[in-house]
Amino acid sequence: MSPVGVTLIIVSSPVIVASELVKRYGGVTAVGGISFEVAPGESFGLLGPNGAGKSTTMRMVGAVSTRTSGRLTILGLDPDHDGPEIRAQLGVVPQADNLDEELRVRENLMVYGRYFGLPMSYVRRKADDLLAFAQLQDKAKSKVTDLSGGMKRRLTIARGLMNDPRILLLDEPTTGLDPQARHILWDRLFRLKEQGTTLVLTTHYMDEAEQLCDRLIVVDKGVIMAEGTPASLIREYSTREVLELRFGADRNAEMAESLSGSGDRVEALPDRVLVYTADGEGELARLTEAGIRPLTSLVRRSSLEDVFLRLTGRSLIE
Amino acid sequence: MTAIQTRVLDASPSAAKARRFGAWYVAEHRLRVMRSYVSTVVIGAIGTPLLYLIAMGVGLGHLVGSTPIDGVSYLQFVAPALMCSAAVTVASEEFTYPVLSGFKWNPTFIGISSSPITPGQIIDGMVISVIVRAFVTSVIYWVIILFFGAMTVGVSALSVIVATLVGLAFGIPIMTYIATLERDTGQIAMVMRLVLLPLTLFSGTFFPLTSMPVYLQWIGWISPIWHGTQLARVLAYGAQVPGWLIVVHVLFLLALIVPFWWLSRRIAKRRLTA
Repeated sequence: MSPVGVTLIIVSSPVIVASELVKRYGGVTAVGGISFEVAPGESFGLLGPNGAGKSTTMRMVGAVSTRTSGRLTILGLDPDHDGPEIRAQLGVVPQADNLDEELRVRENLMVYGRYFGLPMSYVRRKADDLLAFAQLQDKAKSKVTDLSGGMKRRLTIARGLMNDPRILLLDEPTTGLDPQARHILWDRLFRLKEQGTTLVLTTHYMDEAEQLCDRLIVVDKGVIMAEGTPASLIREYSTREVLELRFGADRNAEMAESLSGSGDRVEALPDRVLVYTADGEGELARLTEAGIRPLTSLVRRSSLEDVFLRLTGRSLIE
Repeated sequence: MTAIQTRVLDASPSAAKARRFGAWYVAEHRLRVMRSYVSTVVIGAIGTPLLYLIAMGVGLGHLVGSTPIDGVSYLQFVAPALMCSAAVTVASEEFTYPVLSGFKWNPTFIGISSSPITPGQIIDGMVISVIVRAFVTSVIYWVIILFFGAMTVGVSALSVIVATLVGLAFGIPIMTYIATLERDTGQIAMVMRLVLLPLTLFSGTFFPLTSMPVYLQWIGWISPIWHGTQLARVLAYGAQVPGWLIVVHVLFLLALIVPFWWLSRRIAKRRLTA
């Protein structure tokens, strides 16, 4: 897969080009000059905490929100002039569901398909296909308000696919879902990715970014902190393993002091102390030998959460 | 995988259709939503005229006796006005809650604006859907009025169009106001009680405007319901209204429809593309 993917990135021009993209609301800068490109077929992520400017960026890329300054082309078109032409080729899954609660499940898809100028006979068939894809066939006639959170999200994704979009934009697709619902959703998104749909998603879940993104940018306070594949970001900004030690809420900070020098780096969080090291077990053994007695200890692999902590000094989810 | 290559961008037919027919797609959506409360719509459209015509025309008319009002029976006098106020009621329902809902409570407008449809087209679609419902309601009213013998087939049919226009002239400025709201803390109820009700009562609906003291007549002059009702009366039974005043009536209705429609589009655009 990867050699082919690389070739594609080289031969085909990017579907999204953002350069020095800025969005200000009055005196508040939501997006402070971010630049990135997305290649066709790529799965691209924006990772960052709430309020980082991810949603605003997505709304600009979605040709809905107008940019304050900077250059932005989607599928070679400028959203300021060709909004409808761009939106005709996008699928959008917003952070907050905005399905029409006064319509039934299948009607929601049909009505939405009509907005793309698709004939009624076509939207009927397409709606049925997508209900199957979203595993909602037996809910076709249900009220939207009777669906679970996960079902609503799947319906929203199905709605975003009514026009066979070239790019699917997903803003926090699994926020608020239980683990099982998230896995079902990820599986559907994987299938789309395999079919060659370009995915652009925002998330503040590092596991989601690791699962779904070929490449991502880490965004904080409206600017890009780092860019790369999940693996390369972890390699660059973290160690292979992390040793998590808990000494009790009142002792963590103090113990972190005395641990400085252990591993590559020590990070004190309110509930635990993180020791970054290539060899977690080895480090734990050394500390035990030195008489350090944590209440609990855990060795795990580094994740994007650690990358984010390193880059910003803060956790992703606060 | 080689299928994924840079396609030469054609002017998307999808976008072209949306640019041309977008407002109609929105109206189609709205009408489909109305179908979910179709029983309310139909019962309202048939039941209201029956109740009003019986109560006002026959009951109150009996009390008024055979003294002609504006040269006709009380039932004939009141029927065109009742038809207009039914269209106004429809407009006041459709231009309040659904508008705030679309922006806020169940933000379908946000969903629509991710498609090729523009905010202006969303507003246009709302207006079209209200035209359809107000028109159908007025036609039903007209037919029932015919059964009551309060109008005769002919020019009076045009009063249906006037009633629809009155609905728009009353409802579109209200939509403009509702579109600026972030939440409803009683504003919609206030519109119903302090705008809809007094304008209906003091707009020459149940008695001629001139039978009120002059210091109250101004309410009628600024009310689209009075201007529209007078027009409807001209068409219904040939009420004597000077030509210049007919022109004023028409212009007044248009002066409420056109600028506020434009303003609603502006507000929707500002709100949805921020």
